[in-house]
Amino acid sequence: MLAPDLRGLLLACEALVVGASAGAIDALNQILPAVPEAARIPVVVVVHLPANRPSLLADVFAGRCQARVREPVDKEPMTAGSIWFAPPNYHLLIEADRSFAFSTDLPVNFSRPSIDVLFESAADVFGQKLCCIVLTGANDDGAQGASSVRRQGGLVIVQDPKLAEAKQMPSAAISCAKPQIIATLPEIAELIRLVTRAAP
Amino acid sequence: MPEEIEIRLLLDAIYLRYHYDFRSYSAASIKRRLTAAKLQMHAETLSALQEKVLREPQVFSRLLQFLTVGVSDMFRDPSFFRSFREQVVPELRTYPSIRVWVAGCSTGEELYSFAILLREEGLLERTTLYATDINPQALHKAEQGLYPIERLQAFTENHQLSGSKCSLSEYYTAAYGSAAFDRSLRKNVVFSDHSLATDSVFAEVQLVSCRNVLIYFDRSLQDRALGLMKDSLCRRGFLGLGSKESLMFSAHAPSFRDFVANERWFQRC
Repeated sequence: MLAPDLRGLLLACEALVVGASAGAIDALNQILPAVPEAARIPVVVVVHLPANRPSLLADVFAGRCQARVREPVDKEPMTAGSIWFAPPNYHLLIEADRSFAFSTDLPVNFSRPSIDVLFESAADVFGQKLCCIVLTGANDDGAQGASSVRRQGGLVIVQDPKLAEAKQMPSAAISCAKPQIIATLPEIAELIRLVTRAAP
Repeated sequence: MPEEIEIRLLLDAIYLRYHYDFRSYSAASIKRRLTAAKLQMHAETLSALQEKVLREPQVFSRLLQFLTVGVSDMFRDPSFFRSFREQVVPELRTYPSIRVWVAGCSTGEELYSFAILLREEGLLERTTLYATDINPQALHKAEQGLYPIERLQAFTENHQLSGSKCSLSEYYTAAYGSAAFDRSLRKNVVFSDHSLATDSVFAEVQLVSCRNVLIYFDRSLQDRALGLMKDSLCRRGFLGLGSKESLMFSAHAPSFRDFVANERWFQRC
């Protein structure tokens, strides 16, 4: 059961950011369909991808999700009701006016897009009104970012490493960020349903 | 919060002291770059860094490398270059002489990509390329045309995917761990210090390529830069942007039409 203070934090969130690497597709398959069509807040997802071909993620998940699924372009407003996927070979950042920004700066944790880059810039903008989720993966990306979300008062959820396809990423996030919630994928799907549920 | 104030003060200081204007850069990116600079330049805070920057030009010169250098691969997004070859080149061919502006050329990867494609299409001899950037060290590297040999594998793959029928190795010689690109590729290149933030139009051109530069600007600076490009381009001239850049949010959108929409080629109306 979710403690009342965490429930309050969750319901006050104005954005949800998600990071996944090895094993991402299966994990996202179990949780993203929980986002409703008229979701209350935007959902932004970074998945580590090969750099030199277009991503099929948006197409793949469009067919499986009720919410609109797309890749943003530079300066596009980060609107609610959509699941936004970071495109390959760019870092994705959030600006103070809640629009998307991109950079081709060097990879972070060997990754571009990097989960840390998205999470840290989102934490600067949303402060405690941000929820981040770190899922399965085989490197340490996301740990610093989650820790920044935590420091600024936001809510950190990490997939239980024992049940993750690749343990390293959730384990690193747990030791670095001290998440408020460690959960299984079905539990995370429930939390997502709660945080994104359509406005009454 | 104090960091945000420090960033503003530092950017103001840089502008007043060195006339480099980063005040309208994307705040999210500039913060990351300044944080990296602070760590690697062993400054306790951005205020401490500012003090050094103001008094020691060589410190500013180091900081400039963090603020400006974007690393790009040759033929990054090969499909962009393929559409250049297949759709833009036939139009360019109709001009007796061609002028191309690579705006924000950094260390030259994009410039050499265009020079090589123009050579392969038989147009390089009648083309003048303007390669501009605000970073003198990056421009110097572009002028040298030397790249670490370990980057050449990726460049070569991209070059093939761009639709070339020959090997990239025809354009460089390898020595001492570097690939030195053929100096004849830059025979018609003018390297020049030019700022999209503070300088004005300098030539009329048939093509501007400015990829993954505008992403570092805020919307007001993007509009200034796109205004310069618009005013430089002849009617029916071409503008190539990065794959995530768009004219959708710009005041200059009505001056352009899509030419190859999904590859971000636009044509001046």
